[in-house]
Amino acid sequence: MPFEWILALRFLREGRMQTALIMAGTTVGVAVIIFISALMNGLQASLASRTLSTQAHVTVRVPDDAPTPVLARGDTGIIAAHIEPRVQRLRSIDQWEQVYRQVALLPHVVDVSPLTTGSGFAFRGNASKAIAIMGILPERYERIVRIGDKLTAGQFRVGPGEAVIGCELANDLGATVGDRIRILSSENRDDVFRITGVFDLGVKDLNRRWVIMAQRNAQSLLDLSGGVTHIDLTVDDIFAAESVATRIASLTGLTAESWMAVNTQLLTAFKNQTMTTRTVRVFLILIVALGIASVLVVSVVQKQREIGILRAMGTSPRRIMWVFLIQGGLVGASGALLGSGLAALMVYGASFALRQSDGSPLISGSIEPAYYLSAAAVAILTGLLAAVAPARRAAKMDPVEAIRYG
Amino acid sequence: MAEEDDILRLEAVRKAYNVATPIETEVLHGIDMALHRGEFAALIGPSGSGKSTLLHLIGLLERPTAGRILIAGREIDALDEAGMTELRGRTLGFVFQFHHLLPEFTALENVMMPTLIDQGRATRAMRERARWLLGKVGLADALDKKPSALSGGMQQRVAIARSLAMNPPLVLADEPTGNLDSHTADDIFALLREFNREEGSAFLIVTHDARLAAGCDRRIELMDGRILASPSAQA
Repeated sequence: MPFEWILALRFLREGRMQTALIMAGTTVGVAVIIFISALMNGLQASLASRTLSTQAHVTVRVPDDAPTPVLARGDTGIIAAHIEPRVQRLRSIDQWEQVYRQVALLPHVVDVSPLTTGSGFAFRGNASKAIAIMGILPERYERIVRIGDKLTAGQFRVGPGEAVIGCELANDLGATVGDRIRILSSENRDDVFRITGVFDLGVKDLNRRWVIMAQRNAQSLLDLSGGVTHIDLTVDDIFAAESVATRIASLTGLTAESWMAVNTQLLTAFKNQTMTTRTVRVFLILIVALGIASVLVVSVVQKQREIGILRAMGTSPRRIMWVFLIQGGLVGASGALLGSGLAALMVYGASFALRQSDGSPLISGSIEPAYYLSAAAVAILTGLLAAVAPARRAAKMDPVEAIRYG
Repeated sequence: MAEEDDILRLEAVRKAYNVATPIETEVLHGIDMALHRGEFAALIGPSGSGKSTLLHLIGLLERPTAGRILIAGREIDALDEAGMTELRGRTLGFVFQFHHLLPEFTALENVMMPTLIDQGRATRAMRERARWLLGKVGLADALDKKPSALSGGMQQRVAIARSLAMNPPLVLADEPTGNLDSHTADDIFALLREFNREEGSAFLIVTHDARLAAGCDRRIELMDGRILASPSAQA
């Protein structure tokens, strides 16, 4: 073992109480950093996955019709005092099959599903309710929103003349599986559907409005023969959704909205959480660094004589400096090791203690290795940096001064 | 006597503190002296005569304000900080009044320390030499004891063994028996003499003890920063 390491290790070992205290401090610091990172990410992931279980990551649709003002000939100043927004018509995506194939090939895109949707009314007996007609290809749509997992009654089957509806709507209409309902679309066409299933998506508004049926049925109801109004897709990294949406919009000229754009509040909450976590982390690192630095400064003063004698025996100031830098790095490294263990225990415990409303664990009991690695890197670096000032002080010590006052 | 036979040579060495300030004080006023290889010399003089300062200059712990210092034929003025550190490590052994052992390390490790500093890593040969040296000073049974578990005399023996670890041509001893009882002091002195004979290292011993000084081959007397008398053994 090199001389500098022998000295650093021995100084730490013989510094018993000081070493134990500063290592404990570093350990707790590292554990809390890993723990809150894991907790926040678990929280965000579970919130995001719950939100995204009922919606696509990116939705592509026809851009809104914009009013085209008619201008007077001879452009002299005032053009129009008031522009009336246009009524939005129900339109199919132009050449949707081509768009569909194009977006399916983009990087990050996992699943794609064409959708024909519009609004209408559902009738049963005297009851009538405003609804959203959702025309889907079941095997494709199932990959975007797992309706099959969310059924409360019946099965997920949308053959011709069949529909799956939300539980709130079923309740409002007093209908159950096997009952028939009449649906009138905004295009004034109607048809009768048999309810094959009832679902609960966990979002009241969707449960109250969604009527899922085969795409062909929806196309004829909405008078969009062969047409598709939306293309839903999922991406492999949910936080890449916005960039994928931007890419699609510029490629196709269509409107593409990511879940982030739709759920701005959720995203803001995420951002605030992330910032809070980061702030806490920075202060923890600072506290750990100050702790290591203060212990090493004291150690340098205590070892003044030894540093002097080591210098007299031919140790260069640079090597003296390394002895203290290594001590800082070692404290950081051991704190990282012990802290990772402690964090693993804490996260394991939290996976039992913290539960979601449905009883499932809020965070998983294991931590990604990346957290350990980054926390270890930060701890070692913090230890080294914290040791810089004490180490320089040790290196600058005048051996004569140190020896003289024996 | 030819110059190459001198392990140490000082020519018109001056040392002043607080140079170019109103409180400038010159401690050494032009020292000329030489020490031959293998010589056993005492440096004597009252407190404040400049003994410690002279020892620090020779020990390469400080630089002179003026004059030349040659150690083992090397002009120290030509050396940078790193060169001084290296020369100090390889050529000089130190014995201090307050032994200055490293309390974290055992007697054996303390004796290995100068060689460890020089070579960077512990080797078997290093360990063997340290063991042999400790045997020579009568501490074969205390190899693994920490300094705190040894008496003052034993600690000073470890320090002597340590000063010889690199087999240096010149050993500087600053009041090596200063805080020991006379019986122990005699033992320590005998030990230094023995190493001087057997290993051939030159010794320069700063001491207050006239009895001890009388036992040296040569006495260099310092008074008010000047050398009064330094009859060479051969003179």
